[in-house]
Amino acid sequence: MSNKEWPLYEVFIRSKSGLSHRHAGSIHAADDQMALDHARDTYTRRSEGVSIWVVRSSQIVASDPAESAAFFEPAEDKIYRHPTFYKIPDGVDNL
Amino acid sequence: MYTQGLDQQGQPDSKRDGPESAADLEAFQKRVDDEEKIEAKDWMPEAYRRTLIRQISQHAHSEIIGMQPEGNWLTRAPTLKRKAILLAKIQDEAGHGLYLYSAAETLGVSRDEMVADLLSGKAKYSSIFNYPTLTWADIGAIGWLVDGAAIMNQIPLCRCSYGPYARAMVRICKEESFHQRQGFDILHELCNGTAEQKAMAQDALNRWWWPSLMMFGPSDNESKHSAQSMAWKIKRFSNDELRQKFVDVTVPQADFLGLKMPDDELVWDEKSGHYRFGEIDWQEFIEVIKGNGPCNQQRLAKRRKAHDDGEWVREAAHAYAEKHAAHKDAA
Repeated sequence: MSNKEWPLYEVFIRSKSGLSHRHAGSIHAADDQMALDHARDTYTRRSEGVSIWVVRSSQIVASDPAESAAFFEPAEDKIYRHPTFYKIPDGVDNL
Repeated sequence: MYTQGLDQQGQPDSKRDGPESAADLEAFQKRVDDEEKIEAKDWMPEAYRRTLIRQISQHAHSEIIGMQPEGNWLTRAPTLKRKAILLAKIQDEAGHGLYLYSAAETLGVSRDEMVADLLSGKAKYSSIFNYPTLTWADIGAIGWLVDGAAIMNQIPLCRCSYGPYARAMVRICKEESFHQRQGFDILHELCNGTAEQKAMAQDALNRWWWPSLMMFGPSDNESKHSAQSMAWKIKRFSNDELRQKFVDVTVPQADFLGLKMPDDELVWDEKSGHYRFGEIDWQEFIEVIKGNGPCNQQRLAKRRKAHDDGEWVREAAHAYAEKHAAHKDAA
């Protein structure tokens, strides 16, 4: 086997108009067009999608799970961002 | 389709990640116990990673090799309808192989390494695919029994602790149901046909029943590593539990078809609410796993040839991609 591996792409599929694209899995392809074709053949054999995004896996920047506690910490103590933080007096409606 | 790799543990490779602290192992086990999914970049014990790589890649290989016994009848399917259905099923098997390879790749193994291990014979695949498909009824028996056994095995895997594997299994299980039904449909038609057609269905059942039961792997007494896989929630039920479930649901289906299971010891046990069945020929199972089944050599030879024959396509695709990338840069 002399050939090098085709690059890895991540596949995102919009299942129908009005919904956002969602990660479906990954595929290997030599170029972008082939990545779209392979994604279609691999992940939408039963009309699971109306739109496909593919992106080279190497282009994705991901947060580090080991650091996630510290990374997401700023959101933890701001409970006043949630409507449930506020006590609505009895007798007030439509708020 | 499915593999028996469930019971083999990966060997820890301490060079990779350094020593694993008791605290890390304990925290990991707690996450698993709390039914939290483990994701690709999360810390995990090396043995967990190795076990999954082995299990998922063997599962993928089984899907890929599993195309061969059925492909054998593609050009001889009795009608255009049956041919179109079989073609769609075989394409699904290729798709399942690809979902699984990509799930395994999230654990840090490359596609090329996995393919090389399959082609060299180092990696195993399910023993069931080393049996020949002698008649058209075998295509029915494979769908009904082999895919039926696979579903039994795979549904609990949808809840596997490793997220990417569990998600791949959800997709696969959705598609597997079509596979099983089309197989049953083939046999149903044969069983309602001529006496010869019914005899053909019975012959297929006679040959595929026992190998299908072997798909669940060694009996619980022999299964050395089940406990660890259960603790990690890779595995949710023991081999014998799943095998029993499969027998219980399948025997009434055979009755419906008017076929007889090739097991004289098969009997309904009112007290336990289960069928009791005869002893599996474990020597045969071991021989097939070791490479001495009826079609082991043929399957690998065909896979190697397909891979070699595709080499010029892979090269051409590379050359084309490079040429276009160069054009883009120049523009």
